[in-house]
Amino acid sequence: MQKNDYDLIIVGAGPAGTTAARFAAEQGVSVLVLEKDRDVGYPVRCGEAIRRRGIEEFIEPDDKWICAYIDKFSMIAPNGVKSTIEYIEKALILERRIFDYELAKLASKAGAEIITRCYVNGLLLDNGKVTGVKYVQAGEEKTATAKIVIAADGVESRVGRWAGLETHTHIKNMESCVQVTASTPGIELDTCRFYFGKDIAPEGYLWIFPKGKDISNIGLGVSATMGKTTSALTYLNRFMENNFPNSSITSIVSGGVPCVTTLKKMTAPGIMLVGDAAHQVNPLSGGGITSGMVGGKLAGTIAGKSIKQNKPDLIYSYESEWHERMGKRHETYDRIKDGFYKFSDETFNNLAEMYNKLPYEKRTIGRLFTTALINKPSLLLDVAKVFIM
Amino acid sequence: MNYRMSKKGKLLIEILPDKCDFCGCCVGVCPEDAIELKEVAIEIIDDRCTNCSKCVWACPIDVIKFNKEGVLKSPATSYI
Ligand SMILES: Cc1cc2nc3c(=O)[nH]c(=O)nc-3n(C[C@H](O)[C@H](O)[C@H](O)COP(=O)(O)OP(=O)(O)OC[C@H]3O[C@@H](n4cnc5c(N)ncnc54)[C@H](O)[C@@H]3O)c2cc1C
Repeated sequence: MQKNDYDLIIVGAGPAGTTAARFAAEQGVSVLVLEKDRDVGYPVRCGEAIRRRGIEEFIEPDDKWICAYIDKFSMIAPNGVKSTIEYIEKALILERRIFDYELAKLASKAGAEIITRCYVNGLLLDNGKVTGVKYVQAGEEKTATAKIVIAADGVESRVGRWAGLETHTHIKNMESCVQVTASTPGIELDTCRFYFGKDIAPEGYLWIFPKGKDISNIGLGVSATMGKTTSALTYLNRFMENNFPNSSITSIVSGGVPCVTTLKKMTAPGIMLVGDAAHQVNPLSGGGITSGMVGGKLAGTIAGKSIKQNKPDLIYSYESEWHERMGKRHETYDRIKDGFYKFSDETFNNLAEMYNKLPYEKRTIGRLFTTALINKPSLLLDVAKVFIM
Repeated sequence: MNYRMSKKGKLLIEILPDKCDFCGCCVGVCPEDAIELKEVAIEIIDDRCTNCSKCVWACPIDVIKFNKEGVLKSPATSYI
């Protein structure tokens, strides 16, 4: 028999949800994760790049979910000039369908129950406090109660809204994305490529992340406001025709990324928001795997404590803890993004040229941004904070 | 004619479910919580939609259309 009363219910089994589940379950509270799709980790709507250091806090790197080890970034200016940077910290390209599944296994090992094909379509509320969820499983309407609900329902998040939180993403902050996994003969296996320019990906960028020998994720994000005239798919088709006309494509996915500072309010009585649902994505890069897991860990840990100590108000400390750990940094990245996205093609071209004049050993990401910001001195202080401290 | 009705007159937003990838980008930008997205099903919640078109712009693959004639009621388009 399926139980219908838990300490904690989590909506969504992405990296943020399963990480929250694990850190709560490890404290001995009962946890249920409801996922609408038939499988965890699929479909993969992701470029699959992460910083190695960011992930080590959560899981030991394992070749079974690592496709490629990255130690270089290449930036390609609108005129085609390439600047390459050694990335000492190292990045990884994941096989997310296996990675997400491994995270789910860690949660279930810790004692969390994960049920797929359960679509959450409402909240149970008592005097404004969230006390559980309504969901549909195999055509049957069900309810389950909990002391706390965590909404980890991704970019398409609605759960927070049902608790009265303002969570939709302003259209100018939504990156509208599309990606193919395609054959890319000759593309380096140790390098992530980023392309910039108004004809390539206006107010966004295009990426090529290698997934294996001669196969890559090629995708792009453009500000959703661009869609008034031209969709992300049109830009990607154009790029593929110009650069990989004979490439064979194994999959195509679309997606959205909220590229903005974190929601000011991520909690309400009985509910906490994590991951994309809380806009925890790095607004400059659009990377949200690790930062969503950081949010999941903080929220899961605090939820577990709040339940064990029977202190419902403890959940509000989550907002300030997030702000200290990540939120502040994202505010800086967001300001840099605003400057960066407004660069003209000419600025990008000049930047590449100036950068390539630096001696090789001085070509770092910090230096790239500092060079970039000669054009926008007011941002220098922000950049210094991120890259020098 | 039997048109679907939004919060503001005839419903003018139409999702082409056969072409949809169910990615949720439209749901994320909808200010009215007027889109229901399941694993492989998507539908406008008529009486919440204000025809604001943000979902049309945000869709990465162009499968949400602004239909100025209005969207007809038809059982075939009801996927939910
Ligand atoms: C094209 C693209 C490329 C990207 N590339 C990168 C990258 O290279 N690196 C990086 O770090 N990040 C990348 N991101 C961002 C990253 O994918 C997300 O930030 C990350 O997946 C967020 O994790 P999450 O757990 O918050 O949400 P998700 O991973 O989206 O998980 C949410 C889950 O909730 C479920 N759900 C939603 N609603 C309900 C409901 N009502 N009931 C039950 N279940 C529900 C969904 O089915 C889903 O499984 C990319 C995103 C896109 C779209």
